[in-house]
Parts: sequence; structure tokens; C-alpha cells
Amino acid sequence: MAAGVLTGARQVLRGPRLVSAVFSCHGQTFSSAAAAVKSPPAPTDNAATEKILNFPLTQPDYFRLSELFTMKDLFESRVHLGHKKGCRHRLMEPYLFGSRLDTDIIDLDQTVEHLQRALNFTAHVAYRGGIILFVSRRRQFGHLIETTARECGEYAHTRYWKGGLLTNAPIQYSPGVRLPDLIVFFSTLNNVFQQHVGIRDAAKMNIPTIGIVDSNCNPSLITYPVPGNDDTPVAMEMYCRLFKMTINRAKDKRRQMELLKGISASV
Amino acid sequence: MAASSCRGVRSILWKYGSCGKNLCVSRSKTIPQLPVRQICVSSSLWKKNLAAAGPQKFTQEFIDKQVEEFEVGKRHLANMMGEDPETFTQEDIDRSIAYLFPSGLFEKRARPVMKHPEEIFPKQTAIQWDAVGRPFHFLFYTGKQSYYSLLHDVYEKILAIERHQDKMRSKGLFTSDTKQIVLTGSRWLLKEEMEEYLVENVSDQDFMRFVQLMEKLLSMPYCSLEEEFILKFRKQLEVQSSKHEIPALQYDPQGVAFSVAEGRRKTAKATITLRDSGSGNFTINGRNYLHYFPLLQDREQLMFPLHFVGMLSRFDLEGSVEGSGHSAQAGALRLAISRALLSFVSEGEVEKMRQAGLLTADPRIKERKKPGQEGARKKFTWKKR
Repeated sequence: MAAGVLTGARQVLRGPRLVSAVFSCHGQTFSSAAAAVKSPPAPTDNAATEKILNFPLTQPDYFRLSELFTMKDLFESRVHLGHKKGCRHRLMEPYLFGSRLDTDIIDLDQTVEHLQRALNFTAHVAYRGGIILFVSRRRQFGHLIETTARECGEYAHTRYWKGGLLTNAPIQYSPGVRLPDLIVFFSTLNNVFQQHVGIRDAAKMNIPTIGIVDSNCNPSLITYPVPGNDDTPVAMEMYCRLFKMTINRAKDKRRQMELLKGISASV
Repeated sequence: MAASSCRGVRSILWKYGSCGKNLCVSRSKTIPQLPVRQICVSSSLWKKNLAAAGPQKFTQEFIDKQVEEFEVGKRHLANMMGEDPETFTQEDIDRSIAYLFPSGLFEKRARPVMKHPEEIFPKQTAIQWDAVGRPFHFLFYTGKQSYYSLLHDVYEKILAIERHQDKMRSKGLFTSDTKQIVLTGSRWLLKEEMEEYLVENVSDQDFMRFVQLMEKLLSMPYCSLEEEFILKFRKQLEVQSSKHEIPALQYDPQGVAFSVAEGRRKTAKATITLRDSGSGNFTINGRNYLHYFPLLQDREQLMFPLHFVGMLSRFDLEGSVEGSGHSAQAGALRLAISRALLSFVSEGEVEKMRQAGLLTADPRIKERKKPGQEGARKKFTWKKR
């Protein structure tokens, strides 16, 4: 009898949890709202659109992003240079190759792998028309990042981060706003060496993040951490260039596919 | 989003509330009928939060309709006044409305007005993203897109000037004495003007930051390259002395120059005619000034403007004055004389007269009596108990 009641209760518990799961996935409710705004595609186009969206997922490096950079480029842009031993964050130890004269050296093998994954993800997001937001609080590189964002048609936020930008979006902006689908942090710390609020907020809102983590940063909440230097201008310029090229490539590919679909549909 | 989560919460509460009762009673039944029971019943949920709604928002269609109605109304008004609808300007509209709807209200903003809807409805920001949901501006997610985009542009210009400087230095043509932008007689935009320009709220710190950035731009030697951009944010100051209306110099049939001016003080109104090539005769209300103003103080007031410019015995004065008492009448005449003198005197002298206070109308009037007091300031006798 008791067991019966317990199983009954468990069944009931399963119900509302499912319900709450749907409501808590914030990103999905907004994207469904965006889908509602879009004009519904004609039934004949559906198969073609599905093919366009799913085809790049069949191959590991569909956009051939491994051609964009080599380990030598990273080395020459001084990506492997971390901070001093005293500033080291405990969770960054797996990513460090070692230390030389008290300066931490980041393992470039791991960096290449992580960067590949991050760029691949960015490319797929850009291919599917997602909103990408570049964030950094370093005043030296704010202008560079804003220019990069403008040139690839994406968005940037290198200014003071107001409290509820992601978590309180309908009130901060207007009801019906669409939140970014990917946030790229060019430096995860803000000016007082605390972790940027955007990382925690993006995790709350189920928005995937890519972050360039230096040896004094905390890589825990970031979906695709990329261990690397975030202080040198050469390194930052390289990252900006790589992201810009990825996004442009992905968007061009999408346009190509749409054109092909248009040609094949008319044929 | 809030409404849907509220519904979700309520649905959870239903199920938790009823699970205890139904399951223990009958397990053989299929899905038990859940009673429809509202948990939260406060009226604050459906009352409109007027404060949080913010200023009233107008849709673009509404504004377009208003513009159409304005254009049609303008033509009707022109026909009513018997004028040509094609060449009916805003001044004509104001004149016609003042004629058709005369209003004696003191508050000018409360009077009937007919203006283009752009001047009446406050400027609003339109929807900032396209059909898919992607915002138009690349700095949308900062919250203050126009302001930050302006800062971005200014910084861009600073970098461009620095590059230009480096180029000149490398060629060996760098000089510090380049054409400087003329900034005298102008001021920076005020915070309110900036808010109007950007259609966004600007805080004090933001505004100071912007001014600092512009000052930095101005401190560079080659800043004259961006002169046009900088002058967009400077407002010309009105020169004080140029505001004075100098009465026109008229000539009577004998060829003698004369000028007419008016002056007021308290309730006294005075009109003066200054005639050139005279001998210092003063006639007021048909009588000699010695008879009209037996008090020396009043006569001194009359003479002060002429004494200040040093033309005491050059002019003949003819004046009429009415209202108030002798002192106020003397003051009114003095102002009238100073104004009439402007047409006989040079620019530098005008500025000197303005600084001496000869051209300023005295704004003091009799203060009103307040209830509970004897007069304007005098109180009734204060009794301790």
C-alpha cells in the first residue's frame, strides 16, 4: 500500500517537472517566439530547409576551420603566455604546460583543440542565423572588438554591463526581444579582476558561451573555454581576425546553400 | 513569459494540492478529476500598474494618421480664412488659430495650438529589430546604443587623427601650429539637448564622459580635420549687447536727427524724443523739468545717461510720462533716455552703458500683501502666550 502510494506520488511528481522543464528553458521560449514572428515556410520548402540545416552537421569540420590557424601562428601571437605563478587559478592547472621563470605557459596542444571546437561551434551558430554577442571589459581592446562585430554583422558589448540585461531582458529592452544565441568572451574578467557577470547570467539563461580563459580566470561556467592569453594586443587581434573569418565563412556558405536551393527548387 | 511561468506554478500547485486526497481514496480509477481552484486571488494581478507602464507610446500608424489629419485640417483652415491652401505657412496657421479661438489664458502652453504632429508628440524609438528578431544596431545589447555608438565614432576619429599625425611625423612635416578650431562664443551641448539628439536617457556621468572625450579630441594638434563633427556639438552663445534694439534715427524736415524711445518702471510709462543739436532743454508733459520734478534726486536720474556719455548740452528732450509716483516716473524716463541715446552712440559706448546698468529695466514691483500678515512682510504682533 505504502509502495503503491509512493509510486503514485512519483508518477505525479514526474508530470509537473516536465511542465516546469519546458518553462525554464528560456532560450527556447524566445526562439519559439521568434519562429512565430517569422512567416511559416511553405510545406514544399520544409524538406529543403531541413536539408540545409542538417547537412553541415554530418561532417566534423564542415567549414574547414582548421585551415585558418596553426599552432605556429598561436605561438607567434604569444597566445601561450599566461600570468605569473601567484595569479594562477586552480582550475586552470590542467590547461597549463608548465611555468618558466615564474610565468605560466599555456599548453598550445590543448588550445588548438579547444579553439577548433569553439570556432566550429561559432560557425554552425552563424550558419543557422544565430545572434552572436562579443563581450569584453578590457578598455584597450573595446574599440577593436566593436569594429570586428560591426564588420561581421554581429553584436558587441564592451561597456558597463547593466544588471538584468539577459535575466531581465523584456524590461531592460522591450517585450519580445530576442536574446543572443552565443556569447563570446574575449576576456572573462572585468576591470576589478572579478569574473564577468555575463558568464553567470548566460549560464542562467541557457545561452552557450565561448571564453578566452587566461591563467588567472575561472573556466567552470563557460561551455567552450579556450585557454589562451587575453592581455597582448597581438593575441587579441588574432582572435578577432579568426572569429571574423569564421563568421563570414559560415554566412557565405549559408547564402550559397540558399541560392542552390533556390536554383534546385525552380528547376 | 511571466504569465506563462505563473500558469506553470499554479498547475504545479494544483497537482501537489490534490495528489494526497485522490490517490489514497481510489487507485483503480484513471486520471482523477482535478478541482479547478485558484490559489492567488489578489486584485493586484489584474490591476494595471500605471507607474510601470512608462510614458504613453504611440504607434507609427497613429502618428501617420495624425499627420494626414493635420494636412487636411490645414487646407480647411486656409479655405476658412480665404487664403491660398498651397502657400499656408505655420505662421499663418498660428495667426488664424489666434483669430478664431481668442484665449486670454496667461499660460501660453494652455492656449489652443495647431502644429505638425512631429512637434507635439514626443519622439519615440521604433521597434529595433527586423522580422527574424535580429536587432539593427550592432550595439543594441548594451542598452544605450546611440550613446555608445557616438563614443565609438569619436574614438574612431581620435585614432584617425593619431594615424595622420604619425604619417606627418614620418614624412617630417609635423608642426604644432596648425589651424585651430575657433571655440570662443560657443558652449558644449547641455545634457537635455544631448538627450533630445540621441532620443535616449543620458546620465550625468555618461555626459561628462562624452565631454571629456571631446576635450581629448580638441587637445590634438590636427583636430581641425574633424571641425565639422565637433561644431555639431557646440551651441553659439548669444552676445548680450547685440540683443539691444536700437531705435532708428529719424530726421525731421529741418534735417535735425531725432530718436524716439519708451521706458517703464513700476507702473509708470514714459516716452522720450531726443532731438540733436539742442541746448539741454528738458520738457516733460509740457512743463519744464524743474517744475515737474522739484526734487534733485529725480532730476539727477534724468541727467545720468547724458552725463555718462558726456552729451549733456547736446540734446533737447521732449517727454511724456504717466502713472505711479515721482520716483518711478523719473526711473522710467531715465530708461527711455538711455534707449533713445543708443542710436547716437558707438558700439563700445553701448557696451559701457549696458555694464553701467543704464539699459536694464528695473524689474522690482510692489510685493503683494499676504493673508495672515499686516502687509507684504510685516507680521501681526507676536504674542508669546
